[in-house]
Amino acid sequence: MAGPGDLEPTHFPARRAATVALHRLNVAHGSPFRVFGLQQVHKASVEDVAAAGRKYSLDLSVTDWAAGSAGPALRCSAEVLFSRTEQSSGPEVQLRCEALQKINSTAEDHAFYQKYLAPASAVSAQHLPDSYGNMSEEMQPFWRLARVAASFIMLRESSENTEFNMAQVASITQQESSDKQLMLDYVVLLHDLPSQEIIQWKLLVSWSPDRGVRVLQTEWQPRCPHATEPPN
Amino acid sequence: MRLYLAVFVLLAAVHCEELFNGDQVLRIHAESENHVQILKKLDRDVNSGLDFWTHGFSTERPVDIRVPHSSLHAVKDFLKVNNIPFTVMISDVQELLVREREEMVHNEEEERRTKSFNFAAYHDLETIYNFMDTLVASHSNLISKVNIGSTYENRPMYVLKFSTGGVKRPAVWIDAGIHAREWVSHATAVWLADRIATDFKENRAPVPNILSQMDIYLMIVANPDGYVFTHRSPNEFYRLWRKNRSATSNPKCHGVDLNRNWDAEFGGPGASDDPCAEDYRGPSAQSEIEVKNLADFITEHGNFKSFMTLHSYKQLLMYPYGYSGTDAPDRTELHDVASQASKALNSWHGTVYKVGSIFHIIEPASGASVDWAYQRGIKYSFAFELRDTGEYGFLLPADQIVSTARETWYALRYIMQYVCDHPY
Repeated sequence: MAGPGDLEPTHFPARRAATVALHRLNVAHGSPFRVFGLQQVHKASVEDVAAAGRKYSLDLSVTDWAAGSAGPALRCSAEVLFSRTEQSSGPEVQLRCEALQKINSTAEDHAFYQKYLAPASAVSAQHLPDSYGNMSEEMQPFWRLARVAASFIMLRESSENTEFNMAQVASITQQESSDKQLMLDYVVLLHDLPSQEIIQWKLLVSWSPDRGVRVLQTEWQPRCPHATEPPN
Repeated sequence: MRLYLAVFVLLAAVHCEELFNGDQVLRIHAESENHVQILKKLDRDVNSGLDFWTHGFSTERPVDIRVPHSSLHAVKDFLKVNNIPFTVMISDVQELLVREREEMVHNEEEERRTKSFNFAAYHDLETIYNFMDTLVASHSNLISKVNIGSTYENRPMYVLKFSTGGVKRPAVWIDAGIHAREWVSHATAVWLADRIATDFKENRAPVPNILSQMDIYLMIVANPDGYVFTHRSPNEFYRLWRKNRSATSNPKCHGVDLNRNWDAEFGGPGASDDPCAEDYRGPSAQSEIEVKNLADFITEHGNFKSFMTLHSYKQLLMYPYGYSGTDAPDRTELHDVASQASKALNSWHGTVYKVGSIFHIIEPASGASVDWAYQRGIKYSFAFELRDTGEYGFLLPADQIVSTARETWYALRYIMQYVCDHPY
């Protein structure tokens, strides 16, 4: 029976909240070999929470992009709270997904880690994927790491009026490994659907199979000479 | 008997090196039973060397005869003496054959070029414009190229017209590339052009039936200046450009969002008045020459029954309105059509599209082309957001182009058939 707070699952308010839940999911469980995307929202509702803000309740399915079209869909439920007050940390998300174990690093993760931890390793690349959608297989784990790191920013910057995605990795420059972490300097391009804007962020990211992805530094970057502050 | 059939027979002979230099084809008009008997006798005379192209003699229909050069005088004298009127239909058969053969070879070459065109790749504007010319040349009985005006930077805007005749038949409009960075939309439209042409040529349903009643107008690149800009450099400032390239009131920022510039609730929600914004609506409705050219063309035609625009990404099939959440009067029917079309699309590769109005599914958007078309009485107006849902977004790998195009075709085909079956 439809309640007063019920939302149409295919409409944008439910989808925007679900997108925020996905950012949270990727921050917690993303890796060089696992990035989650929204498959569909099954049910959604929203309620005002006194002074705190607006809370969305969602029932959704997600898939692992790294598993391709063969991957199974995971069922999740989430609460996304958009705060009424200005917060620097972004919306709060509670998330439960069936059959999902906490950072479970795989053999692939370890092989990747060992290969690039070596002191001589100095990976650097631009435009992932390129204008034609091409990306070498070797660079895909780096792209996924960027996507996970971007999820930190996208989560932090999200509101009910945004719907972020990562459009491209503009550049990646590997820094010297520190404390047994891969250190990666990224410039990522985000795409916001409502405004259609492309937003550029510089991120310093560390990763290891044990500690997962950490975003150590973030810096908004102007795209064009005229821009002096972040849009909106 | 169609002239071409006869010519084909001769062409076969030409291959065997039989020549027809100076031979003529005479068209005989038998005016009496006497004339008919004379012609019958001539036909039965195997030594006459005359090659009758029509059989069955009467005073009702003319008879065509190929007369070898050596017999021309004798035959013409014979006809004159018997008062049988005739005209010279082909004054030199060999010369005609040579010309026809050259044209066929040329058409085969053009077809080879379209067949060898790589649909599984993204092409620049010049290549796409050359493709259009090649396609028109090898399907000149069906397709013509219409120049609807120039862009801000003075590039021609072309639409391909698919028509089997008639005068301003009810028509379907399909455009792609109004947003420059959405490359899979242009690539899909290129494939669609070829597919429609091929389905017609090979008599594959429902295309011949649709084209017997309606015309199809397909604009592959609705924003040529923007598209050229996206090819200028791999730098994202170029590749991810959305708007056109007109100068604005801010010298540091160029371009207007062509899908916010239409005269449909212009200045409403979901569009910016900041020239530096990606969804800058422009100084006034239809201020952009590209939008003016499109709107004027469609308005002057006056008989479009469907308007469809291709974008990317997000996998959505939407109908009006964009400017408001109110249901359009035809909402129920449009939702049904869109739902069925998305099922047809899904049947190719399992790709899932969501269906709804622009306002509800994507976001409020005023000055949008689909709203404009609908408000002008073009009931079956739809907007597609093609693959994918975000993994690659605007940078969709080229190896997904053909699959995307084919599933889109299944949806478009459904809609066009529906429009055909529901005249209004």
